[in-house]
Amino acid sequence: MTTLAESGIATAGRQPKLPTAPLGPLLLVAPLVLYLLVFYALPVAAMLMRSVTDPHWTLANYARLPADPVFLRVLSTTLTTAAVVTIGTMVLGYPVALAMVRARPVVTNVILAVVLLPFWTSVLVRSYAWMVLLGRHGLINEALTAAGLIETPLRLLNTALATHIAMIHILLPYAILPLASVLRQIDGALLRAAAGLGANPWRVFRQIVLPLSLPGVAAGMLLVFVLSLGFYITPALVGGPRDTMLSMLIAQQVDLLNWPYAAALSATLLAVALALIGLTLRLPTLRQALRGVRR
Amino acid sequence: MKAMRAGGAAIVTLVLLFLAAPILIVVIVSFSSAAYLSFPPPALSLRWYRVYFGSSEWLVPTGLSFGIAAAVVVLSTLLGTLAALGIGRLPPALRAPIAALSLSPLVVPGIVVAIGVYYAYSRYGLVGNPIGIVLGHTCLAVPFVVTSVSANLAGLDRRLEQAALGLGATPLAAFWQITLPLIRPGILVGALFAFISSFDELIVSLFLSGTGAITLPRRIWDDLRFALDPTIAAVSTLTIAVTLVVLGSVHLARRRSERLRIANVGLPE
Amino acid sequence: MPRGDVLGEVAGAAVSLVGLEKRFDTVGAVRGVSLEIQSGEFLTLLGPSGSGKTTALMMIAGFEQPTAGDIAIDGNSVVAIPPYRRNIGMVFQNYALFPHLTVAENIGFPLKQRGVDRAERNRQVAESLAMVRLSGYEGRYPRQLSGGQQQRVALARAMVFRPRLLLMDEPLGALDKQLRESLQIEIRRLHAELGITFVYVTHDQEEALTMSDRIAVMNEGAVAQLGAPEDLYNRPVSRFVASFIGESNFLPGIVRGTENGFVVADCSGTIVRAVLSGNPRQGDEVLLSVRPERLRFANIASDKAGENCIGATVTDAVFAGERCRYLLQGDGGVPLVLKEPSGLAARRAPGAAVEIAWAASDTITV
Repeated sequence: MTTLAESGIATAGRQPKLPTAPLGPLLLVAPLVLYLLVFYALPVAAMLMRSVTDPHWTLANYARLPADPVFLRVLSTTLTTAAVVTIGTMVLGYPVALAMVRARPVVTNVILAVVLLPFWTSVLVRSYAWMVLLGRHGLINEALTAAGLIETPLRLLNTALATHIAMIHILLPYAILPLASVLRQIDGALLRAAAGLGANPWRVFRQIVLPLSLPGVAAGMLLVFVLSLGFYITPALVGGPRDTMLSMLIAQQVDLLNWPYAAALSATLLAVALALIGLTLRLPTLRQALRGVRR
Repeated sequence: MKAMRAGGAAIVTLVLLFLAAPILIVVIVSFSSAAYLSFPPPALSLRWYRVYFGSSEWLVPTGLSFGIAAAVVVLSTLLGTLAALGIGRLPPALRAPIAALSLSPLVVPGIVVAIGVYYAYSRYGLVGNPIGIVLGHTCLAVPFVVTSVSANLAGLDRRLEQAALGLGATPLAAFWQITLPLIRPGILVGALFAFISSFDELIVSLFLSGTGAITLPRRIWDDLRFALDPTIAAVSTLTIAVTLVVLGSVHLARRRSERLRIANVGLPE
Repeated sequence: MPRGDVLGEVAGAAVSLVGLEKRFDTVGAVRGVSLEIQSGEFLTLLGPSGSGKTTALMMIAGFEQPTAGDIAIDGNSVVAIPPYRRNIGMVFQNYALFPHLTVAENIGFPLKQRGVDRAERNRQVAESLAMVRLSGYEGRYPRQLSGGQQQRVALARAMVFRPRLLLMDEPLGALDKQLRESLQIEIRRLHAELGITFVYVTHDQEEALTMSDRIAVMNEGAVAQLGAPEDLYNRPVSRFVASFIGESNFLPGIVRGTENGFVVADCSGTIVRAVLSGNPRQGDEVLLSVRPERLRFANIASDKAGENCIGATVTDAVFAGERCRYLLQGDGGVPLVLKEPSGLAARRAPGAAVEIAWAASDTITV
């Protein structure tokens, strides 16, 4: 007798080969590739090369780094900030992602809109918003003074705390979205089965939802961490003079025309960022989770 | 359990407030009549908007930002759409590296891109020059176009183009009459994101604007270093409005593309 | 390409496949297929998944390039001609209707590519829609049509420019049984009306049997047998064809001799006679085959000349509407299937010992 309906499934997977030689596609991508090489890739590469070619072929610029107190302090500040921000966004973001996935469609859309709202405003505007809130004559101080709770304004702005708060605010969506996409894919049948077997909601969460959501957590944290490392605008505006981040140090060195040093710092930053992103993309579960982030 | 649920809802609400409040406060402050920051504002007024619209120091950078963004849209849409079409048809070996190159501006830390292009462009008189900014912004905008058009292409049934060829259309005619109309939503979405990415861009602009090409974000930045002028609140609100309009259009374009994508499902018998 | 102005005046193209081969890396999807498709005939390429039937069709259409061999239409090789110049109509399983165009614009698309002006286009589109009985649907979009309607529009689009050859790649695969059967009738009717050559690909042997003038059964990239439906059903040349088309009982045996145009074989202890084919020698292994509906229950062991007989035990009896299907275990361990119209005599129960008889002339060698 006839075999199962295989043909439809068998041929569906193979995309038809259109009769165009590989030359066609190459011509299509050539303009962009050439453009990016000339105006982006080669400039960045040339700049990075300064770290090893000045004044002659040397690795001295890198060798100097581990002993450089300025670099070490900046590195420590950057890593600490990134860590704090990463943990902060995940702690605050997890409940929101959970709520977004569990709620009725109407509520979900509202939460999504609020989560995406920061996306729709430039980093500059968001940083300014925190300056407004935290400044010496900013809104929080004004409110506290008016309420009689303080006499002199608190030093909130230009502190590490301000940087942390502002960056958490800006990076929260990047933690929430990959997590939400992973949570959404958890089969509801698993949760019902667990409940049917006698697990209370807290148990169901702790033993089923939480473990299954870990790839999303990991993806979100990696993403936030990488983005935090390279942050410039926000720390520059709301951070203190002692809270210099790596990107700010790089900018300062460029202003001083200290190219080899700036290039070495940039290369270091780039290497770490690429390594972390590469790590994320290599793990299929994390890669899947990252797909959930669409601007 | 109810307590946990209420507690959870409270936490979520607080976090959402945390997300939304600062921006809403900026918008409200922009309408404040006071010269100092206070919340709630003593009275509503448009004085800061009047300052903005009456000052060439604000309007010129605004116009420049719009102009640059428009140029970036044209350039990045052209390059990005062609590239997305090509990437989809490349053999897998070539596809990965070229796609990686096209999307890398999103992954490389902004400061590295900024000083990299500054390093090179300064040698060719492209600093303090709007053209230099356009060239730089295009690199950052292109990934949005490539991603958007590629996503659209992926959802497209390639057999449609094959059917067109079988019905007598030359490859060019098949592209023009079949593929292009179907990827128009993707191109539009990409173009809109390209616009926002350029209009709001600061890091690269900081280095490339010099003294001759001050963009709006650069102008805001300069002002912020020296004063917390409520005018900035008005400008910020205006940029938020522009972004919302653009993103609203994106939403509409996406919905139209969805309708076309489910076309083949059809009605039940 | 000549275009008839009145239906039926266009003659079908004759297609010639010579030594056609297609290799994907090391996999031979199509191996040495040679086939002469006659002008105006309805030929089906039938086979299981992976048999190469769709690949062969794609090569005729021009979407795949053969790695060896030639394809000629009306005597002219077309291998070097790109698909958009071959003037062949094509219908796919997923219809491939352009979602952003109306039904009229879809059907008019090939005419537009051929430079037909708008007024004439509208006229021919209306004619085509009438042929598939969808007049009045010009303004609809594909998403507003049901699956069956979409397929009819796809047919109309493939035929509107009067091609002399129409290729169909499992066009009815996505439809439910009832719809499939009614569209099969439509397609047959269109074939009769248009008189052009249809090349049809399917894995459904019932569909092939009902619709085709000739069937080319394909297996693992080669043609296993080519012939009219009755030929393939009554005289399959191999075990594969015998089991792919309809159902068959297989009796392996050793040749004892020949007599009067029959071969006599010993099948696990039972003597079975089959129509002689080839030159079997005593001691050769042979595989005999007989269709389930040719078997009958005999009251006593039949000794009639020209009949085969075997004892068996009923293992299962299934009532399937108009027929009853019996599974039996024959003497010597050979499994048998017997089909008879239901309502005929009392149903045999599982466990019953019976005698099965059938005509030797219904038994073939595969």
